[in-house]
Amino acid sequence: MSVAILKQGDYLIASIQSDLSDTEVNALRHELAELVGVHRSRGIVIDVAALDVIDSFVTRALRAIVLTARLRGAHTVIAGISPDVAIAMVQFRLNLEPLRVALDLDEAVVALDRLTRGDHEDEG
Amino acid sequence: MKGEVRLAISTDADLVAARAQGRAMAQQLGFPRPDPTLIATAISEIARNIVMHAGTGEIVLRPFEEHDRYGLEVVAIDAGPGIRDVEAALRDDYSARGGLGLGLPGARRLMDGFQLHSDAAGTTVTMTKWRYRDELARARAERRRRA
Amino acid sequence: MNDRSDRPAERGDAPSDKQRARPGSPPMQAVPSSGNEGHDPSAEADRSPAPEARERRTSDPVLEELVAHLRDSRTQMREEWARRISDAELLGVMSDDEIFSEATEVYDNYVDALETGSVETLETYARELSERIIPRGVETDEVLGVVLLLRDVLARALFTRYEGDPAQLNRVLDAYEPAANRIAVVVGVSFVEERERVIQEQQQALRELSTPVLQLRERLLILPIIGALDSARARQLTEQLLGAIRERRAQVVVIDITGVATIDRSVANHLVQTVEASRLMGARTILTGLSSEIAQTLVDLGVDLSMMRTVGDLQGGLVEAERLAGYRSGEIEDSTRIET
Ligand SMILES: Nc1ncnc2c1ncn2[C@@H]1O[C@H](COP(=O)(O)OP(=O)(O)O)[C@@H](O)[C@H]1O
Ligand SMILES: [Mg+2]
Repeated sequence: MSVAILKQGDYLIASIQSDLSDTEVNALRHELAELVGVHRSRGIVIDVAALDVIDSFVTRALRAIVLTARLRGAHTVIAGISPDVAIAMVQFRLNLEPLRVALDLDEAVVALDRLTRGDHEDEG
Repeated sequence: MKGEVRLAISTDADLVAARAQGRAMAQQLGFPRPDPTLIATAISEIARNIVMHAGTGEIVLRPFEEHDRYGLEVVAIDAGPGIRDVEAALRDDYSARGGLGLGLPGARRLMDGFQLHSDAAGTTVTMTKWRYRDELARARAERRRRA
Repeated sequence: MNDRSDRPAERGDAPSDKQRARPGSPPMQAVPSSGNEGHDPSAEADRSPAPEARERRTSDPVLEELVAHLRDSRTQMREEWARRISDAELLGVMSDDEIFSEATEVYDNYVDALETGSVETLETYARELSERIIPRGVETDEVLGVVLLLRDVLARALFTRYEGDPAQLNRVLDAYEPAANRIAVVVGVSFVEERERVIQEQQQALRELSTPVLQLRERLLILPIIGALDSARARQLTEQLLGAIRERRAQVVVIDITGVATIDRSVANHLVQTVEASRLMGARTILTGLSSEIAQTLVDLGVDLSMMRTVGDLQGGLVEAERLAGYRSGEIEDSTRIET
């Protein structure tokens, strides 16, 4: 498996293990949409540190994941974009709205804690 | 420096191989960071266009060495249906198939040279990225260009 | 129409590293060097040269005779040359022995170059020599002086030899002058280029020193940029900053450009891209110290700064950084959102 998805409390942690083919990216997208419902997750972290390339296809898939998850009540944070990939994305001029990013997995979880706390406050 | 490498492209697994090969070659040629990643990203886009819009084709990776610079030429060749409006295809957000339409213009921004030829017989994209060997070589080349 | 590059003309058979042409020198011909240390000049004529060399040499029998003469009087010429170098107080940092031994090498290479028309070996030697003597403080005028002295020593010897035959002297000088000039240019240019390279390396080292990424406290970095920003330096800054963000797990970066006097479009765009890339790595960036001139330039250039967080001075920037890193209010910081 090129992506390991773990359930950690209210969150799903998807760790990408190697560069992914488009088929695998699509599979990840569907699996996450599925699992968010199954576990009633409130947050998703996608660790993309192992991706060699984040091109227009991957960006589109990430956006779709974020939007789908949001419709199902979960926030998504992308973690681990490397310096080189960050520069490539900027030069490519990929539109990343509405992605949230964090330095790494730990930071992503901190960010999710803040985001979901915001949800509670909204509810209360 | 070793010669060119030709890669057949028809599946999305080929696409993964093509960008890995492009990155490895760029590193071997001495491209500094982040160039290998920029090159791999551009390759990913034009290889995907072959798979999505033409079915099958080929990517040729061709290193070149010159007195004051070195580089990599990437050529994507297919015998697919071709692009009717080449100008439009190079604009951001233009996609004939509900894609993002960012592939070609984005790849172009990542590379130094970019040419697109397309007609009913197929499509050829030629991209180059190159670097001066050092700052001095760059300064000299600029001086010569101005003269 | 779509070609933005100046693409290489013939990538397929581009010259290899070794044989690539040098700017400023005429095309070189690979000719085997004669390597005839202390040869008997009479035997010289019998030697059958390589085809390329023969072509050159038969075209100029005068040059051939000249070369033979210079080989014949090698010892005397070298001594004369070395003496003139000391008299002119050139190469003061080198000992007499050193000068004599280098003079020998250069002399032999010089004569070979005259003979074959190929300056390649001489050029390589000149570069190596330059590499050795530049760190010792030898100056360009000394090197040019030394080469011109050799030219002069040899010319005088020719005058003496052909005193009685002005017509032949003229022919010899016609052959000698252009070759000698070209050799002088090659040696001079080699030295200057080598010097440029050394200076360039030093500048690069200085540049790295002059752009430290400072850690003010945990997870807060400051990048004070001082001096001229060109594209090469901007690129390097980006690399350094993004690397530091990752290594030190930075949350906030303050880029202070108080020390930057002017900025052009490509550098401005680079700065914007650096900020965006930092954001993709999860760090927020604050730009401080924009002079009014730079601010106006940015506006005139139409550089999009809307998504940049700017604060007037470094001090204000640090206060803002503390606030961003603190999250005391518990509110969700909107700047982790990417808006491009
Ligand atoms: N190799 C190709 N063969 C045929 N058409 C192509 C090819 N590459 C690109 N195109 C056309 O150009 C358009 C723009 O390509 P691109 O910028 O990569 O966007 P996208 O692939 O997301 O649509 C495509 O929608 C397609 O119609
Ligand atoms: Mg595409």
